Amino acid sequence: MATSLQFLNPTLFKSLAPSNKTSSSLSPSPLFRLNSTSTAFNFRPLTSSSSSSSAAIITRAAASSSGSGESLTRETFHGLCFVLKDNIDTDQIIPAEYTTLIPSVPEDREKLGSFALCGLPEFYNDRFVVPGEMKSKYSVIIGGDNFGCGSSREHAPVCLGAAGAKAVVAESYARIFFRNSVATGEIYPLESEVRICDECKTGDVVTVEHKEDGSSLLINHTTRKEYKLKPLGDAGPVIDEGGIFAYSRKAGMIPAASSA
Amino acid sequence: MASSVISSSPFVCKSSSSLKKDLGFSSFTKSSQISIHRCQKKSISRKIVSVMAPQKDRSPGTTGSVKTGMTMTEKILARAAEKSLVVPGDNIWVNVDVLMTHDVCGPGAFGIFKREFGEKAKVWDPEKIVVIPDHYIFTTDKRANRNVDIMREHCKEQNIKYFYDITDLGNFKANPDYKGVCHVALAQEGHCRPGEVLVGTDSHTCTAGAFGQFATGIGNTDAGFVLGTGKILLKVPPTMRFILDGEMPSFLQAKDLILQIIGEISVAGATYKTMEFSGTTIESLSMEERMTLCNMVVEAGGKNGVIPPDATTFDYVENRTSVPFEPVYSDGNASFVADYRIDVSKLEPVVAKPHSPDNRALARECKDVKIDRVYIGSCTGGKTEDFMAAAKLFHAAGRKVKVPTFLVPATQKVWMDVYALPVPGTGGKTCAQIFEEAGCDTPTSPSCGACLGGPADTYARLNEPQVCVSTTNRNFPGRMGHKEGQIYLASPFTAAASALTGHVADPREFLQ
Repeated sequence: MATSLQFLNPTLFKSLAPSNKTSSSLSPSPLFRLNSTSTAFNFRPLTSSSSSSSAAIITRAAASSSGSGESLTRETFHGLCFVLKDNIDTDQIIPAEYTTLIPSVPEDREKLGSFALCGLPEFYNDRFVVPGEMKSKYSVIIGGDNFGCGSSREHAPVCLGAAGAKAVVAESYARIFFRNSVATGEIYPLESEVRICDECKTGDVVTVEHKEDGSSLLINHTTRKEYKLKPLGDAGPVIDEGGIFAYSRKAGMIPAASSA
Repeated sequence: MASSVISSSPFVCKSSSSLKKDLGFSSFTKSSQISIHRCQKKSISRKIVSVMAPQKDRSPGTTGSVKTGMTMTEKILARAAEKSLVVPGDNIWVNVDVLMTHDVCGPGAFGIFKREFGEKAKVWDPEKIVVIPDHYIFTTDKRANRNVDIMREHCKEQNIKYFYDITDLGNFKANPDYKGVCHVALAQEGHCRPGEVLVGTDSHTCTAGAFGQFATGIGNTDAGFVLGTGKILLKVPPTMRFILDGEMPSFLQAKDLILQIIGEISVAGATYKTMEFSGTTIESLSMEERMTLCNMVVEAGGKNGVIPPDATTFDYVENRTSVPFEPVYSDGNASFVADYRIDVSKLEPVVAKPHSPDNRALARECKDVKIDRVYIGSCTGGKTEDFMAAAKLFHAAGRKVKVPTFLVPATQKVWMDVYALPVPGTGGKTCAQIFEEAGCDTPTSPSCGACLGGPADTYARLNEPQVCVSTTNRNFPGRMGHKEGQIYLASPFTAAASALTGHVADPREFLQ
């Protein structure tokens, strides 16, 4: 099944031999079923990715190098959180009028970041990105149920990542948003076990920490509470790698990008 | 929690190879067991009978394998992944039959394709990609215009066969290739076929499930991947079954049915799942009504919607394409993760109140809500039959609208139908004539229009905090423009009735 996809499209660049690298002593089990509630991907006998289990969250590499397959280091991070409620749809995350911006063009992506969450109604007093600025001071977005519902437009996870957010921690996700987050590698879609959005306030200082068993922890220093988060499972390594392309490339399923 | 009682007639049609597609035999399973399916409408027994028991007298040795029943969606995906069996939760690489994109996401998808596969890379199959500019077309917004130009460049370079281009923004009729709203155009141009896998860079790609195919929305990155490889990694969804029976009341439409269902299960009720619609009511629906039903599957969080194809489907498809297709049907012993039975004869017109598609209420209970405008358009409610329905109600009422009523035909073809087709029961009047007599705005250039707001100069955009009854699909804050705009989602009948009263109105006020 791990046949290289370039057989299907002979015009793709020359094939690479399937990668034989084993960069860590851990090899993922060759075939495992997904936890159906939280993940969307499962790649069969792939070389182990850079996912070491002594983990913390990945720092997102600069946008222009996304997809290059470089190894990303994980680290625990601290930051401010921005709290939202249920059913935050994609038009609130990035109003449709801004989707004329093309996410794959670096300058457009920057602009998308500046508009992130500007579609929120007046009910939310705080602005995720202060008008006039390009980036947000908040690193973690906390949400309720069905985060990211609505459109399949990738501008939604892209603008959050472009604004500097590292992760969303929500009770549950709409599937297209979750999938797009994983495919682009822009932001970690983490799932909480309880309704964190009712116990945190925008501006609380939080830490997101990854554990050995693949699960993570959200620590709210302001309220002194800790919350266990669900493991990303198979989606984790895909995001770590930088998205589906980098991941497929590493697995030898598609050739390296070449501008020749 | 799964109910596995199947209520289908254990009626097996005879097949002959020339009629194979009419009878829907799924040809890829190794077992000799014939799938239970629905045949032509006329010959179906309407009695609900109990499940057919598994064949006990055959040992696994004689059949070759233990036969596991699959749902329609599972079968489509299994076949597209060249597997004999899949179960929900499996992640499989699936061959894509058609990839659709439009002006908003096309540039990004191609951008990713080039970045990842190389500037000189070629798409996997230039005849399986359909590029349909539709979102932000009739606007002076430079970025929006630029996006259409970018798509033109890509299509030229890649020799994309189906590019429904527009160059003259001042007169949509001057563009022979331009179609309009992608999901309606896909159907009208014969790109929707039973049994196939269609993915598109738009959440309402699920509309095509009405044709008995697997159709779902994807992002630019996934689309870029498909552009290069023709494959996509999908997780097989479990299926929720909705069996709708009973005669459709004359004042009820498919929009009411789907709003009813979403109100029942909530905006996340079908997340990661397939919504399969069957039953006598479904069989009585036209293709356009089936499209409306499947269109809003995504509003319940659904991955895809499906309706078993039948004579209605085949008639529609065969009139528009000669590409062969092979429909599939859910097995009698397939597992469904949920089973809903709905007696349609008991339903009443409903709306979805602000600000969520699951905020369901009876239309008649909202008659005190004063409204500022009505919008009839979009892939959900801007098709020919949607306008016919509105026209029928306006004609029956014989009055003028009390609020600005905006009409946005989904495609060029719909626009032409609005001006050319006689509305039954009106003495030969066309929709356009009836709309004019009722005082509606002149039907405008076909596109997605204000369904999703759009650039500031988009026709009928909600630029003030007004109350709008709309035949569109989402009503989250800011959806049609202004953050404080209040959108009531409704059927074309309900929208027309509301236009006449200046309040949210039940269409029975005018239709009975």
